[in-house]
Amino acid sequence: MSIDKTSAAAQDEHAVENPEAAAAAVTAVDPRLLVREQGLAGYLGEFKRKMKAGELGSLPVVLGLLIICVVFQSLNSNFLSAQNISDITVTMVGTGMISVGIVFVLLLGEIDLSVGSISGAASALAAVLAVNQGWPEWAAILVAVGAGVAIGALHGFFFAVLGAPAFAVTLAGLLFWLGFMLKVLGENGTINLDSDGLIGKLTTYFFADVAAAYGLAAVVVGVFFVSSFLGNRRREAVGVPSRPLSDTLLRTGLLAVVSFAAAFMYNQYKGLPLATVVFLAFLIATDFVLRRTAYGRKIFALGGSVEASRRAGINVTAVRISVFAISGGFAAIGGLFLASKIASANQSAGTGDLLMNAIAAAVIGGTSLFGGRGRTWNALLGVLVIVSIQYGLQLESIAEPVKYMITAAVLLTTVVIDSITRKTQKTAGRA
Amino acid sequence: MTAPGSSGAPRIRQPRKLGAGRRTEIPPKSLHNLPPGQAAKEMVHVSATPVLALRGVSKRFGAVQALTDVELEVHAGEVVALVGDNGAGKSTLVKTIAGVHPIDEGVIEWDGKSVSISRPHDAQNLGIATVYQDLALCDNIDVVGNLFLGRELTRRGVLDEVEMERRSRELLTTLSIRIPSVRIPIASLSGGQRQTVAIARSMLGAPKLVILDEPTAALGVEQTAQVLDLVERLRERGHAVILISHNMADVKAVADKVAVLRLGRNNGVFDVRTTSQEEIISAITGATDNAVTRRAARSTGEVSK
Repeated sequence: MSIDKTSAAAQDEHAVENPEAAAAAVTAVDPRLLVREQGLAGYLGEFKRKMKAGELGSLPVVLGLLIICVVFQSLNSNFLSAQNISDITVTMVGTGMISVGIVFVLLLGEIDLSVGSISGAASALAAVLAVNQGWPEWAAILVAVGAGVAIGALHGFFFAVLGAPAFAVTLAGLLFWLGFMLKVLGENGTINLDSDGLIGKLTTYFFADVAAAYGLAAVVVGVFFVSSFLGNRRREAVGVPSRPLSDTLLRTGLLAVVSFAAAFMYNQYKGLPLATVVFLAFLIATDFVLRRTAYGRKIFALGGSVEASRRAGINVTAVRISVFAISGGFAAIGGLFLASKIASANQSAGTGDLLMNAIAAAVIGGTSLFGGRGRTWNALLGVLVIVSIQYGLQLESIAEPVKYMITAAVLLTTVVIDSITRKTQKTAGRA
Repeated sequence: MTAPGSSGAPRIRQPRKLGAGRRTEIPPKSLHNLPPGQAAKEMVHVSATPVLALRGVSKRFGAVQALTDVELEVHAGEVVALVGDNGAGKSTLVKTIAGVHPIDEGVIEWDGKSVSISRPHDAQNLGIATVYQDLALCDNIDVVGNLFLGRELTRRGVLDEVEMERRSRELLTTLSIRIPSVRIPIASLSGGQRQTVAIARSMLGAPKLVILDEPTAALGVEQTAQVLDLVERLRERGHAVILISHNMADVKAVADKVAVLRLGRNNGVFDVRTTSQEEIISAITGATDNAVTRRAARSTGEVSK
């Protein structure tokens, strides 16, 4: 057939005008990497290319974390102590969970301002049911999280079906669910939780056994290696470009260093915190849903182009409602962790800077405010930054007003970086 | 004449118009004198039964008669250009075929059988793929993701990226589409590359008829050439293609037949190779003084000015 001839001709043509494309066609390197050379030189070239194109990814936030560590450690040698790091990683879970929900909403290019109030309402609901009504705590938790999902879905309905702007709907939600929380808590205003109960244990339980932390690290590293290895084997078998084994080994090695260092550090103090394990489990699960399932693909598609998604047969309304439901659900889960941390549900739950911190964490971590770009791991990185700053300033006994200002400066810096990189990406043709 | 007696329509069927449509089925012999660029058409077997045939199709929007007794035939391995001025009814006609607007009168024949297309879904099930003018791609998703958007392949509930990537490469190779990598976001591609991806996307469902709505409208010279190459490849692979275009050069370059619409009516079907550009343009603008237009003017009484 003449098709073969034309394709060969087209290849020749492009080989002349676009040597890079031709090279990519020849080398059997995984195209997701766009690495021209294998090994270290390839990574270096890839890194340079990405920097030039403005694809900073998580680099700014990782650099930021390093700076935070260096600065606070030099001010106070207790900052990087096992106890302080353990405390930070437990405290961050409440805000971090809420931030995971925010990442979902930001991926659509929308915003959810009600998550703070939902988290407060959920903790109040759980406390009233468990303490005042005498329900078993697991049932109270289920109802509280279910309520969060339902509230989020309701917001989603107003946004997706009735077409009201998400900003306005969730702003109304912010006020309404704050009022709801105050109403539920009643005149007393504060309900103390049983610190040995299920909710209390969320942030106070530690797997004291040294083997727990190391075991989890080993399992995580092992699963990562096996799944990447099998994935690459399958790619090779089908004839699709795959990553070289050295690449898989390098990644596994990096993950192993981080995991075992964390496990070692936890074992220096009380052991592996339950809160952190739950948080990691949710992060892995949500990352899997977003990147490996058709549902996650739909969320990204909506963040890219609503019209294209609609033409591709995606049920836009359903996806939108579900995303707000997820956001509400994670807000409720976060609220429970926050209540657990202070062992009570009170009138100030879900107010103050919680909402801003949750949104800031997602953005600081690298989730784009413009939709379609981000991962739930961003929530972890971002909330680490925010809580680390809080703890570092606390160690220095720096007053509350300054904390706000510094957090604000970090957020502004991140948003500016996001905007600038977007501009660079546009000029480099990658946005 | 299969068109049903359209409810007391005042006008009379014009046999000459239909005759013109039939004439364009060129006997294979005449192809031997073609320039080398068009030699590929020789191999194409133009079937006797059209893949799609519109017989006396009419469409009204309230008081506006958008389409009146339109006839159109598209065969497998044939590119039919649909041309006409703004408001001539090209988009409406395409939308009736794509199932966006169901027709009011007339018959749509698919492979010789009368069918009803009332929803986009019906058209897709028949094997009609439409590539709209504004691209239906997501900038933030890579080429593979866009090709399979809305019909992702899964394995045990998980996206089967490997199989999707393999099929994407296969598809792009058969269409001779050159893209730096199937794993870069659409945002990194040029306008022409995006358009070729959009067209390739429509090919995934193995359609028999592909409708392209101004595929070269916003493209540069090089990119236009790429898209036109692709249109020719679609023909070589035996797809029927309806190409809407305002660009006469594009039409002359790739189309076999040109169907001209004017004010919602047929204004002639021409064989591209034997018709000059001027003739087509005068048909579009209504400057043609022929029996068809005269007759149409007489029978409806709506004489121009």
